[in-house]
Amino acid sequence: MEKVNPEELQRLIDSFAGKELYIHLETTNGSYAAHFNEGFFNAGAFIRNAQIRFELGKVAGEAPHRVGLKLPYGWVYAQGITHYELDEHGRLLMAGLDGSGKLAVALELSETPFAY
Amino acid sequence: MAETIEKERAVLVVFPHPDDEAFGTSGSLSKYVDMGVPVTYACLTLGEMGRNLGIPPFATRETLPEVRKKELQAAADAIGIKDLRMMGFRDKTVEFEDDEKMVQLISGLIDELDPSLIISFYPGYSVHPDHEATARAVVRAVRRLPEDQRPKLYLVAFANDTEEGLGQPDVEHQVSEMLDRKMRTLKAHSSQTAYMLEGLEAAIAAGEAEATERFAKERFYRYRWHEDFEESF
Repeated sequence: MEKVNPEELQRLIDSFAGKELYIHLETTNGSYAAHFNEGFFNAGAFIRNAQIRFELGKVAGEAPHRVGLKLPYGWVYAQGITHYELDEHGRLLMAGLDGSGKLAVALELSETPFAY
Repeated sequence: MAETIEKERAVLVVFPHPDDEAFGTSGSLSKYVDMGVPVTYACLTLGEMGRNLGIPPFATRETLPEVRKKELQAAADAIGIKDLRMMGFRDKTVEFEDDEKMVQLISGLIDELDPSLIISFYPGYSVHPDHEATARAVVRAVRRLPEDQRPKLYLVAFANDTEEGLGQPDVEHQVSEMLDRKMRTLKAHSSQTAYMLEGLEAAIAAGEAEATERFAKERFYRYRWHEDFEESF
């Protein structure tokens, strides 16, 4: 993955618009957050291989960027996106890595299901 | 506290993530292998949800499982484990699987391998939801056996309130002579351990007694059947 180039990422997002897609969306503090920092309120969410189609997708803000997808019937967004890659399977992988290289958020789009 | 490593008929290790075996058990496992004890490591997931992707990133969310699969195989090789089983579950979802199915999975392994010792996590004291789900499945499977036929359970507990709840570990293995293999096991999991190893190696090289001591001792709790975490399942 490379650091986000917003213009290039915008072009890639545009290329997925209007298609039937599978999505991976994840936010996490890690399962040990409340172990190392007692009292920490550990929240996160994960969805993998839900099917979506978006009509408009945008990269917004300064780095770390926000990415929002407008669906015919709702929204998807992620904030804190720092890195991206169009992988060898043509999937658009976006991730937000913190200062120590740990993933905090992931948003991925694919025309085929992600592996289990 | 038991200190000598007893020879076992067979050892079954059940952990949910590649690297769960590394810090707390790989020295003991190396000893069992050297004693000629058959060791089976059932690793439930490939640690797909690991957070460390590095700066610059060495993997993506989608390539991490392949990275960790190779690391797991290399770690098993470093220990000398010949029977490594990747059980195909997904990281962070073990607790959401059907509980009976998980018990059956462990019961099946016990029936097949007839272990005299099972190494896993201690329910209630193992922090990560996958650890806890694994620990519950192991205890439940063993509970279903007649008392005189139950394998021993050596369980890893590291929650912050472990000492409060369980006191001191029952079993302590001195694995000083296995430190080389233990270090190679940890290094095999470099996607997870690189950061921690820097500090550890430096501390050991500097002869820091506490670090070396901690690294050379592996501690386990026997399961307190008299304080079972549930009445039945």
